[in-house]
Amino acid sequence: MSRVEAILSQLKDVAANPKKAMDDYKAETGKGAVGIMPYYSPEEMVHAAGYLPMGLWGAQGKAISKARTYLPAFACSIMQQVMELQCEGAYDDLSAVIFSVPCDTLKCLSQKWKGTSPVIVFTHPQNRGLEAANQFLVTEYELVKKQLEATLDVKISNAALENSIAIYNENRAVMREFVQVAADYPQVIDAVSRHAVFKARQFMLKEKHTELVKELIAEIKATPVQPWDGKKVVVTGILLEPNELLDIFNEFKIAIVDDDLAQESRQIRVDVLDGEGGPLYRMAKSWQQMYGCSLATDTKKIRGKMLINKTIQTGADAIVVAMMKFCDPEEWDYPVMYREFEEKGIKSLMIEVDQEVTSFEQIKTRLQSFVEML
Amino acid sequence: MSLTQGMKAKQLLAYFQGKADQDAREAKARGDLVCWSASVAPPEFCVTMGIAMIYPETHAAGIGARKGAMDMLEVADRKGYNVDCCSYGRVNMGYMECLKEAAITGVKPEVLVNSPAADVPLPDLVITCNNICNTLLKWYENLAVELDIPCIVIDVPFNHTMPIPEYAKAYIADQFRNAISQLEVICGKPFDWKKFKEVKDQTQRSVYHWNRIANMAQYKPSPLNGFDLFNYMALIVACRSLDYAEITFKAFADELEANLKAGIYAFKGAEKTRFQWEGIAIWPHLGHTFKAMKGLNSIMTGTAYPALWDLHYDANDESLHSMAEAYTRIYINTCLQNKVDVLLDIMEKGKVDGTVYHLNRSCKLMSFLNVETAEIIKEKNGLPYVSIDGDQTDPRVFSPAQFDTRVQALVEIMEANLVAAE
Repeated sequence: MSRVEAILSQLKDVAANPKKAMDDYKAETGKGAVGIMPYYSPEEMVHAAGYLPMGLWGAQGKAISKARTYLPAFACSIMQQVMELQCEGAYDDLSAVIFSVPCDTLKCLSQKWKGTSPVIVFTHPQNRGLEAANQFLVTEYELVKKQLEATLDVKISNAALENSIAIYNENRAVMREFVQVAADYPQVIDAVSRHAVFKARQFMLKEKHTELVKELIAEIKATPVQPWDGKKVVVTGILLEPNELLDIFNEFKIAIVDDDLAQESRQIRVDVLDGEGGPLYRMAKSWQQMYGCSLATDTKKIRGKMLINKTIQTGADAIVVAMMKFCDPEEWDYPVMYREFEEKGIKSLMIEVDQEVTSFEQIKTRLQSFVEML
Repeated sequence: MSLTQGMKAKQLLAYFQGKADQDAREAKARGDLVCWSASVAPPEFCVTMGIAMIYPETHAAGIGARKGAMDMLEVADRKGYNVDCCSYGRVNMGYMECLKEAAITGVKPEVLVNSPAADVPLPDLVITCNNICNTLLKWYENLAVELDIPCIVIDVPFNHTMPIPEYAKAYIADQFRNAISQLEVICGKPFDWKKFKEVKDQTQRSVYHWNRIANMAQYKPSPLNGFDLFNYMALIVACRSLDYAEITFKAFADELEANLKAGIYAFKGAEKTRFQWEGIAIWPHLGHTFKAMKGLNSIMTGTAYPALWDLHYDANDESLHSMAEAYTRIYINTCLQNKVDVLLDIMEKGKVDGTVYHLNRSCKLMSFLNVETAEIIKEKNGLPYVSIDGDQTDPRVFSPAQFDTRVQALVEIMEANLVAAE
């Protein structure tokens, strides 16, 4: 097995076995893990506390039964899965769960946790251009920090936070480089591997993840770039899973040359910048700097233009919109983006992502016909 | 002599609803600004600036009630709006697309010609506020971009912890001041702070009389048919910063008080049980829902939905924190515990015997906590409840047979409880 294969295999294992990753961390450090609900939680605080932040992004192909009691069928697919897992006690080993509430579904979900872990809720300001918004978010973060400290019985120092911010910034920079490398070497990093590298960062300390991805990049870059005889796409949405769905991309030689997925590149889009102000203030500022996401209010709606630019810059053939089933913020963005794609003559395909689904024949047929059109 | 002199409340309601739309059409014709606004966004700033206001949610509800929603929903569908998106929003985006097409081509599309929709002009700016949902942020982003017009955002952060903290009020008040600056640029004139005070005072008088109406449901039997709040809501939404709302609500509250004194009740002598309606009205089937309950001699005497516009604040507070609090304390913008407390209070005041929960396909925020809310409330006051499926403006979701069966079951339990209590 080559070193590239070994690293990818290691990251795929972590991505596929989050519970094991958490248990190993606990055994190794004697400390626990904190659940991070989507989207944009101040994960650096958890890292600074010495706990392992664990992303909670639903499950794959799990039949919804217990969650039906608490959520109607038109709640988004990912939150149906999260609710099902709560009901099953899958999250009860977490020392706490941090909840942001940038959509109406998450506002409700933040009030009805069925597991046993304490829940810490905070609200992102949405009038993001204003300094008052930064001040509001700093206070929210101070409260999150206080609750974390009380729940975990730790003190989160500014020095520890600064250290964690630097580690996260480095990880984000390395992942941005990885996106480029994956685009240049689709023969080495296929759709499944690309996703695994991203997903593993949800369940690992970022410094360890950085180390592996750096090595992966170095190994791959030591080999020559080969011409790609397949198609190239940019994908956008909340997430693009499971592997069976990504296998279809591989089967039809569709390389993912850039993404705008909430589970992937949206998390590495902006850094916590250096400059004046304490760590919490600068973390709050990074929310102000976020762009191109359905959950971060933008009255100019630059997301469509951003995707068009990504398509042009990467030489992609098309955009694939991975629509999370019943995610209304994403559904509201779609008509404007679609019009903009059409006006620029950029081809796009919308596929529905439903985490409960286990059969992908329909998507396969649609992707196949789409590729033939390109 | 005033045109409205001698009019009954019901006539005033129709007159001023029409006049508000007429005002906007005339403003547009004069070249003055028209603003489309979210229903619980503060109108005080725009009204101070003399901007004519139109409320897409009320407009969409009107289209739904007049059985015209399907045409507009189909226009939105063709533009790529998923049926999962709020039907108010889809009806409005459909209507906006029709107006836009008419403005560009000079020809009204047939679907608009045949629509029962009230004729309102395209906006020159929009203002939104997320105190009743974050969907209103997404919807208004789209309006602003599709029409290339300014969008004023008043973000009232979800109150996960109550009481409302000072830092949240400070953030909202700062946005109020920012909205004023934006309007000064858009309108090209300075903000008139003296007029602003008058507008705030006017708003408070409208709210005062609105609350007088709602308070009439406390009497048993009730002189107020709670469904009338749904009908009169149009003016607390669209005209609360004008005297249109005050004049109409005062007339209605006076009529109800006179009826109470004279022993005239909404259901005459037929009121047997009283219920709370939780959620938005099912506008395309409003008549069915009302008649079905009336047929069972059950009167609605409590509902938190029209009470969203109980926007009382201190108009003299120059920090604007009191106004900020009024616009952020909306019960669906608060934690579950506070939501439960608000509903318990409404149930107690309305002396209700049970609750109908509207599981609204269009409104995730007003649906996804229904199970927990109902369970906690049942535990506290022991009153029965049912959940019914519906949608505020998409007529396809509601099933009359399901509604009838479920409310019959509720009424039977409520009646049995009353007998047992005797």
